[in-house]
Amino acid sequence: MGDLWKVLNGHDPDFFIKNLFEYELFGQKLHITTAHVCTLIVMVGIIIFAVCAGRAIRRAAVTDTPTRFQNFAELIVEMLDKMIHGVMGGSAAKFVNYISTIFIFILISNISGIFGLRPPTAYYGVTFPLGLITFFTILYNKLKHQKLSGFVKGLCDPWPIWAPINIIGDIAVPISLSLRLFANVLSGTVMMALFYSMLPVFVKIGIPSVLHIYFDLFSGAIQTYVFCMLTMTYVSDAIGEE
Amino acid sequence: MKIDTNTLNGIIHACSAIGAGLAVIAGIGPGIGQGIAAGHAAAAAGRNPGAKSDITSTMLLGQAVAETTGLYGLLVALLLMFVQPLDIK
Repeated sequence: MGDLWKVLNGHDPDFFIKNLFEYELFGQKLHITTAHVCTLIVMVGIIIFAVCAGRAIRRAAVTDTPTRFQNFAELIVEMLDKMIHGVMGGSAAKFVNYISTIFIFILISNISGIFGLRPPTAYYGVTFPLGLITFFTILYNKLKHQKLSGFVKGLCDPWPIWAPINIIGDIAVPISLSLRLFANVLSGTVMMALFYSMLPVFVKIGIPSVLHIYFDLFSGAIQTYVFCMLTMTYVSDAIGEE
Repeated sequence: MKIDTNTLNGIIHACSAIGAGLAVIAGIGPGIGQGIAAGHAAAAAGRNPGAKSDITSTMLLGQAVAETTGLYGLLVALLLMFVQPLDIK
């Protein structure tokens, strides 16, 4: 009963964001939380990898046999290129950088649960900006490629009466995108935390690894793919080629 | 009769737990939807084994979109269980 009470009261399982440091800015109380720290760790990891990969590629001569590390970096870039070109076709070249960046960031964030971090994507403050960026990219490309007349025509699709519903449908895109990613990763985190708090100490080693593989690796990879795929689909829909 | 805040909060916690349980019933819909998607994908892969990778990626995308409504239910349940917005402070 005591344990259940702890679970119900939210004291024992540790998937909550904790405040590490508090400061005041313009009369607002702000916090540095574990979410910020985990995001920073992920970012620093990606930046170190990117710098090393860039240096390895720049140093490689044409005649050299590529090293193992260089092969790995090229494999990642080629895979992402193929995926993005497959979906977006002609306009892929403009978006390859952005989509690759968020792909790598979300993927590393999602699987960082394995390394004991609290995944940054299990924090709505991380996923909602990603959704907003997608939203504004869609809006910008719609206005650029379909012009204002096409944009307005798209809003009142069958009849002008439907315009409010179409607007709601447009606004729902970033919210559903970000909530999908957030809820998936959060559910994985919560499950793992509940599972860890449920187990006695001596089975905490080894047994949860199966769950880690499902919730962190599989689910995380799928959600990354889905987020990037949906972003690409919406954007190429807005551009309206093909 | 006067009920003290602790008792009232206990009742609210119990009702929140029941509400959380009811909210995750939302999982039925995505279950059916994902099953249909997987079944049709299996049929399609059986008919055209060459397009298996395309079919798999389309299926995963559709399933992830279908999963969203269930996740909304899960979010409501998590909010009720752990954030407890209904508590009397």
